[in-house]
Amino acid sequence: MTSRAEAPTRAVGRGQRAEPDARARASANVRGERRLAWLLCAPAVLVMLAVAAWPILYSIWLSLLRYDLRFPAEREFIGLSNYATVLTNPFWWSAFWITVLITVVSVAIEFVLGMGLAIIMHRTLVGRGVVRTAALIPYGIVTVVAAFSWRFAWTPGTGYLANLVTPGAAPLTERASALAIIILAEVWKTVPFMALLLMAGLALVPEDLLKAAAVDGATAWQRFVRVTLPIMKPAILVALLFRTLDAFRIFDNIFVLTAGAQETSSVSILTYNNLLRGLNLGIGSTMSVLIFITVAIIAFVFVKLFGTAAPGASEKEKR
Amino acid sequence: MARRGRWHRAMVAALAAAMLAAAAAACGSGGGDETPVLNLYYSPEENFQKVVDECNAEAGGRYRIEYQVLPRGADDQRTQMVRRLAAGDSSMDILGLDVTWTAEFASAGWVLEWTADNKAEAEEGTLAAPLESARWEGRLYAAPKNTNTQLLWYRTDLMDRPPATWDEMIEMSLQLKERGQPYEIITMGSQYEGLVVLYNTMVESIGGHILNEDGTKAVFDEGAVEAMALLQRFASAGVTNPSFTNAQEDDARLQFQAGTGAFQLNYPFVYPAMQADAPDLAENVRWARYPAAEPGQESPVTIGGFNLAVSAYSEHPEEAFDAALCLRSPEHQKFSAINDGVPPTIESVYADPEMDEAYPMKNEILESVRDGALRPQTPAYQNVSTVLSAVLHPPAAIQPEQTAEELRRLVQDALEAQGVLP
Repeated sequence: MTSRAEAPTRAVGRGQRAEPDARARASANVRGERRLAWLLCAPAVLVMLAVAAWPILYSIWLSLLRYDLRFPAEREFIGLSNYATVLTNPFWWSAFWITVLITVVSVAIEFVLGMGLAIIMHRTLVGRGVVRTAALIPYGIVTVVAAFSWRFAWTPGTGYLANLVTPGAAPLTERASALAIIILAEVWKTVPFMALLLMAGLALVPEDLLKAAAVDGATAWQRFVRVTLPIMKPAILVALLFRTLDAFRIFDNIFVLTAGAQETSSVSILTYNNLLRGLNLGIGSTMSVLIFITVAIIAFVFVKLFGTAAPGASEKEKR
Repeated sequence: MARRGRWHRAMVAALAAAMLAAAAAACGSGGGDETPVLNLYYSPEENFQKVVDECNAEAGGRYRIEYQVLPRGADDQRTQMVRRLAAGDSSMDILGLDVTWTAEFASAGWVLEWTADNKAEAEEGTLAAPLESARWEGRLYAAPKNTNTQLLWYRTDLMDRPPATWDEMIEMSLQLKERGQPYEIITMGSQYEGLVVLYNTMVESIGGHILNEDGTKAVFDEGAVEAMALLQRFASAGVTNPSFTNAQEDDARLQFQAGTGAFQLNYPFVYPAMQADAPDLAENVRWARYPAAEPGQESPVTIGGFNLAVSAYSEHPEEAFDAALCLRSPEHQKFSAINDGVPPTIESVYADPEMDEAYPMKNEILESVRDGALRPQTPAYQNVSTVLSAVLHPPAAIQPEQTAEELRRLVQDALEAQGVLP
């Protein structure tokens, strides 16, 4: 929004030296243009209000009600007591910290592997298309399908991986190993996405700069840490932000792999259990709102504290 | 350019015409006074389509049942049905309800009450425990289609007679273990409904109560606490299979077939499976009533099974009641029992000589169902069960008094649909 508002003012500023007549014409033009801009935006804004703002407001409203679909007669307004119920509940906090753990560990691993893959894809000279396509395959597979193949692979009897660590063990039935498998599946799936975003950042690093650093005697590692990474910072932060937001809402991998057994529930799984299995719209919506708030905080931290910028805006800053 | 444009336009017009025609055809087939289609939502049962076909033939054009196969998992079945019923979906007519769902569906007004002739026919000759599972607040909301119960399967090459009580069984198992023979007591202990069934059977066997009489209060009386102690004792006595805490029905069957078990507590489906997969073992395996908690008493075992209900949103309720009665008629229950291994709910079916071969253990099943116990009946059963299985798992870690205190609080919240489900 700010960028849109800035552009016309700058246009007026430039017109200052012109005659007053022209200035009035210019501002009339600006008004007309702004009206047109609003008109052109209106359909998109309306759609956004209908599909995003309304459901969010509605779930906030539902979260203030005691409302279970099985007991419609007992529906009543109860203020914030659903929030008190959820926030004092051990299941919620267990799921919350599990989600945080999965998010932090998987995003960290994804970042390292994604960076490696990005560099490989960036530097490949022969068969670049083949390398990139091959690297992107996991990201192209539907998550549920991939999760099922992981599940079968780790199931004793049907799977080729089950006997890998300890023979005859059922790794999906114990908490630590199940979490490790969930993280593995998540990492395998999204490293290509990370690599793709990071590769865009790598493309921003001017070749001359690297050559100059090499001439100055910087080692390959120094060139990477001192030149490449700082220039890539905006791309890295965007990639981390996207993945963190995504990882925090993890659902399908867990749903297929353990369905939340052995205390491997994420907040999304817990919300599903309460909302769709328990039919408790009040508690379920409360959890949805809490997830929404957490995601908003994560985004805020990234944008304000780390200075992550939206992809479009970052280009503008550079200009 | 112009020619291509005209050709393009013609093609779009043709496509649009084709789509309109298709849409019109689709509308045409839906309307009119043709045979009403009844959608039956039922769990997967291999030969059930034959029963459906027979009922369609018997109906003589009054209705046509379409068998819509639900997912295999009970949770997935329930989730699909409750979600659609909560939204008032009129495309579901006959619903296959697990015995634990009656209260929930009835109190929410999603299924119709059975009255008059339909009720009389559904109740006629039906065993008491399964029939009770189809009732809520004294009214009948479903017709029992099949029941299920667990038996004790034991190895005759390791013992002369089956144990009568839990303590005796644990004792025998420990002796076998000392002698280096197969000793395990194999049953289901994963964190799911099966664990609730095990606990409920122990509670009923001791004569305790999880909820009060009308299902509104979590009591966990002395008997319920004693049952926790028994469950804990069994789980920590060193007599279970190493994977006890992860085992569901089929896992338990496979563990027993592997030969390390002396006892198995499981549903009758394990026997034909054992005969097929491990015939040498099956020769030495016999069955008996489930062990009791206290000597000199028969144990009331928790029953399972399915009941048929008619959706409150059905557009053809009368036909749906008729169809449901046909699907669970004595002949069809016999057919399903022999072909799909699901025990009948109508007592007279057990006496049929055709049952002897497929069901050598039919007398024990019948006795067990006659004395059968129900799980707590409450509209919030799903919540109660989820909390129970989460808190009682792993069973070896139960501390009876403390666990009971925790459960009284959590189950009460679950009953009032106020707590958070794990």
